[in-house]
Order: sequence, then C-alpha cells, then structure tokens
Amino acid sequence: MKMREVARIAWDAILRNKIRSLLTMLGIIIGVAAVIMVVSISAGTEATISDQIKGLGSDLVFITPNFTRGGAEGRGTQNGSGLVFSDADAIDQQVPGVLGVTVEQGASENVSANGVNLTDIDILGSTVDFPSVRSMKIANGNYFDQPALDLKEKVAVLGSGLAQQLFGNTDPVGQYVVVGNTQLAVIGVFAPRGSVGGTDYDSRLYLPITVVFEKFTPSEFARFLGDRVRLIYVKVDPKKSLSDVIRQIQFLLYQRHDVTASNPDFAITTQQDIITTQESTTAAFRSLLAWVAGVSLLVGGIGIMNIMLVSVTERTREIGIRQSVGATTDDIRMQFLAEAFLISIVGGALGLLIGMVGSLLFGSVSGMRTVIVPSSIFLAFGSAALVGIFFGYYPANRAAKLDPIEALRYE
Amino acid sequence: MTAQTIIETQNLCKVYGMGDASVTALDGVDLQIQSGEFVAIMGPSGSGKSTLMHILGCLSRPTEGRYILDSQDVSDLDNKQLAAIRNQKIGFVFQAYNLLPRTAAWRNVMLPLLYNRSDHHSVGERELVARQMLEKVGLAERMDHQPQELSGGQQQRVAIARALVNHPVMIIADEPTGNLDSHSGAEIMALLHEIHDQEGATIVIVTHDPKIAAHTQRTIELRDGQIDKVTHNGHNGAHTEPNPDEKWMRPKEQGVA
Repeated sequence: MKMREVARIAWDAILRNKIRSLLTMLGIIIGVAAVIMVVSISAGTEATISDQIKGLGSDLVFITPNFTRGGAEGRGTQNGSGLVFSDADAIDQQVPGVLGVTVEQGASENVSANGVNLTDIDILGSTVDFPSVRSMKIANGNYFDQPALDLKEKVAVLGSGLAQQLFGNTDPVGQYVVVGNTQLAVIGVFAPRGSVGGTDYDSRLYLPITVVFEKFTPSEFARFLGDRVRLIYVKVDPKKSLSDVIRQIQFLLYQRHDVTASNPDFAITTQQDIITTQESTTAAFRSLLAWVAGVSLLVGGIGIMNIMLVSVTERTREIGIRQSVGATTDDIRMQFLAEAFLISIVGGALGLLIGMVGSLLFGSVSGMRTVIVPSSIFLAFGSAALVGIFFGYYPANRAAKLDPIEALRYE
Repeated sequence: MTAQTIIETQNLCKVYGMGDASVTALDGVDLQIQSGEFVAIMGPSGSGKSTLMHILGCLSRPTEGRYILDSQDVSDLDNKQLAAIRNQKIGFVFQAYNLLPRTAAWRNVMLPLLYNRSDHHSVGERELVARQMLEKVGLAERMDHQPQELSGGQQQRVAIARALVNHPVMIIADEPTGNLDSHSGAEIMALLHEIHDQEGATIVIVTHDPKIAAHTQRTIELRDGQIDKVTHNGHNGAHTEPNPDEKWMRPKEQGVA
C-alpha cells in the first residue's frame, strides 16, 4: 500500500475519535511543551549569567558581614560584628592590586516628588567610586563627587525606572525628592541597568553614604565603632592574582576586626562564586524539569499504547476485512504504527506550540529571560516521534498477528 | 467453456487442537472445480463447510493434503503469500457484507486495489476502476454513500463489486443472502448468476438453502468433514428445476435494478 494511503487511513482514524485522540496526545503535548520550556528558560538564564559576567566583570569581590558568627561582640572586638566604613578606606590604601573600593549601606524609605508618593523604595548610600566599580553609567547629570560626600550634601541620583515613576518624561535633574523627612536635590539619573541577580538597579535611589549614616541609619555607637556598611565592593586589577588580593584583604580584616581565620566575622565572595551558584541552581532546575519532561513523554507513550490496544480490539473486524481482501501482516502493522506515529507527531506539534507560547508567557510574567532554542524543537519533536513508534509497535504488532478468520468472526 | 481446473484438493484435512482434545473438521476432501463453474457447498452445521470455505479462500491452511488453486500449490504458503493470493485470485462475499464502516462505498470497493502490490496505478485511476465496478453492480447512484446509509441488498452489491475489482479467478460467497429478505436475496442471487453467465466467473457459494443450491450447476454436500453427496443440477440449474420465484429465473431482466 502506498504511504500516502497509509497516512490518509491513519489520519481518518484519528479524526474519527477527536476527543479520544486529543486525550491520547495529552502526555506527548505536556512532555514536548515541558522540553521546550525547560530549555528556553535555562538558555535564558545562561544568557543572563553570561551578561552578568560581562556587565560586572569577574574581577569584582564582595565583602559582606558574617551574621552567623556569634561571640565577636562578647569578646569586645573593635567594632562589634560586621563591616565599617573605614574598612573600605583601609582596603583601598593598604592592599596592592585594588583598583577601587566602594561601599553600600541602605534603607527602605518612602520617596515623594512631583506629587508622586512611593513607599518602601530602596535607597542606597555609596561612595564616589560606585559607578565605576559597579559598571553603571550616568545618563543625565552627574554622580556626586568627593566634596559632596565629605560635606554630606543632600543630593540624589535616580535609577532610570524610579526617575520615570517620579517625574515621567520631564527632566528630574535640578528638581527635588523627599526621602523620609529629608529633601534631596536630584543631580543625575542612571542609564537603565536592568535586574541582576534579583536586584532591580533601576528602581533605586542613590545618595552619598554619609547622608545615609546621618539621616537613615543613625547609630548611637557609630561615634565609637564606626559607621556600619552592609557591603564592600572591591574592584581588583585584572592583571593581579585575584586569590592573592583576596588573601591580603582577609589578613587586613582579621587584624582590624581582631578575629581569627577560623572564626571570621565577614565573608568574601567573588563574582565567579555567584555565577557558579546560579549555574548550579539552573542546572538543578533544568535536570528536574528534564525529568518531568521525560516522565511525561513516557506516560504519554504508555497512553498511546493503551489507546492503540483498545483501538485494535475495537477494530478487530476491520482488520479481518482488510486481511480478507489481501492486507498482509506488514500492511496491518504499518497502518497502526502510522496511526500511533501520527498521534505522537500531532501531539508533538501541539506541544511545540504550547511550549513556545508558554515560554514567552513565562518570560513576561516571571521577568526571567527565555530563549527558544531551535535544537530543542528538533529534540522534542524527535523524541515524540520515537515515543510514538516505540509504544505503537506492540499494539500494531498485535493487530498484525490477528488470525483473519477469528478477526472476521469478532462481534 | 474451457474445462480448466481452478480448484483441486487432494485428501484435504483440517484438525483443530492437539492430542485428545483435537477435532477433525475436514477428513480427506477430494474436490475439483472447473473454471466457470457455479458450485454450491451445503451441509449441516459442524459438517466442515466453513472450514472448507476458509481453506479454499486461503484464510487458513490445511493440516494435511494439497490444495492447488489456479495451477499453484498453495498448501504451504506463508501468511504473506496467502494474503497476496487472497488479494489477486479470490473475491469474498460474506453473509454480514463486511464492509468497512463509515467508509464510502467506492473506497470499500477500492480497498483490494490498494493492497495489490502488482498494481501500479495512481489512486485516482484506482478510484475510477472502483466506481466503474459499482456501476456494473447497479449502484451508480450510491457510490459515495457509507454502508450504514445503504440497504442490506445494496451493501451486498458493494461487497460483490469489491470481490470482483481485482478480477479474481474465483468468487467465494458465504451465505450471501443469509441476512437479506427474500426479495433482496433474490436480487443478489440474480446478480451472481449474471456475473457467472456474462463474465464466466467461477463462483463457489456456501449455503444451507436447497433452493439456492438447486440453481447452481453442482451441489456438494458435506457431512462430518467428508464429501457426502455430489448432485449435478444440469447446465445452469435454473432450467432443470422450475422455481416458483420468477425473479431467480430471469436475472437479466429483473436482477440489476
């Protein structure tokens, strides 16, 4: 029998039971959609990570206070627990191979300007090196300079999103914002930076850290212990050994904080550590979903086998008729195999569609980047087709092996 | 009429089951049917007539003995070879019509053409052949109807068209009027007689109806798996035994509606 006729007969059989065929396809649809989505999400995440490497550089070192450590305060260390502002200066001046140091201290405050009131906006105090260390560009106006920092000038630089929210399309530079109870003059706006590692850089307000210490995180102990910071960024000269620089920073901070290497009150993380962590999270996520996809395809295949077995039984008489007019075992086998194959590739095509639409939807709803990878389409489609042939073979073979006399007698 | 032998069986035996549980359905049947003959096989149930029909129709193989169909020994052919024989040399007409449901009449008739490996015509050409065959059996108006839209008699005509479409050497009809009322039954018999008279087709009809058998050329009666009695009904049966039903006697005038 010609392939065209085989395909036509199989297609007729599928259309004859539309609902049943669709239910049979469901496992394949879910499996293929899952494969497409998994691959697009993980490809999107990988692309984001590689952008982060480019954007931040692998030569950036983060120093954070280590809150899990107990006992530092009890032992009367110099500054209780954590990092202080002067640590940053010390690193900058005493550790060779450091290109720049900046610090971060922040709070969450209500911000209003221009008649717009926003609650719980991240305000981030920093130093003049912040834009260069964090690779952020000013789009409009200026970042504050050293005298402004030293003089605790009440100035602010806006993230692009925040500027848009507060001032719309008008130029914020030269206007004022009220943060908490303090009025700040807007002197600049950052270029859009996007979200990196769950932080939206565009929705923040940036200001001199000295102003943050004074107005937003006042501490009675600051006069004796120094002003606490939540993060110190160190930009390391790419020509120097990163691990050497890290070791020197550690040594310096052990001395300054009077702690030992076995019990530090700070933690040093490199950009590479963060990327590695994110990659392993992505890999775990991907392998989980790959299992889901694989199991779904398996279940889909079993569903096809199940329905095909029912179909063979229902159509026993038809098989007998075909045999009586000259269909061979090969003809019958091919007919049912074609039907299983067609069900799985139609299911595969539907799954493909749902997977692609799902990826785009997921991307826009979750804010995660998704990239539809062409090779995943072939992978998903190919495995769907294989599942159809693999699980369709047994029912098809059973149909082919029917005895024509028995089949013709079947009621 | 040439006296070429179409069917020859030698000591044909069929045993079902093994050992003590075995049942002998056919017990040494020697049979010869000539080309162009119209033969009836009769017998009570359990006499082995169905088994004989299945073997003659190449749906099963004899346990013992030879079966020579159209000068070819088909006793030991494998399933694939038997399928090809069924396709090209045998046309079946069943009691229950056995048409594919929800499939247009012309597609049912085309079915044997699709399974014919030695036929290289396009699907369009095959469709034409199928439609011509339906015209021949008087169903020109109903070619595109599905079986459930046709009367029993019409369905049986479709089945006859399907049996003829590959120009088989023999038609095997198993109780072809069994599911029909007497009027439609008579029409179907008339059609078979017409095919026999006009085309010189060899027809083997399995029946339990002595009136139908009487209209054939020869009646073979089976009992307990053996040939019990062979009756020659004269040249065309219909001439030797007057039948009260006129329609059966004048197929050409009344047969094909």
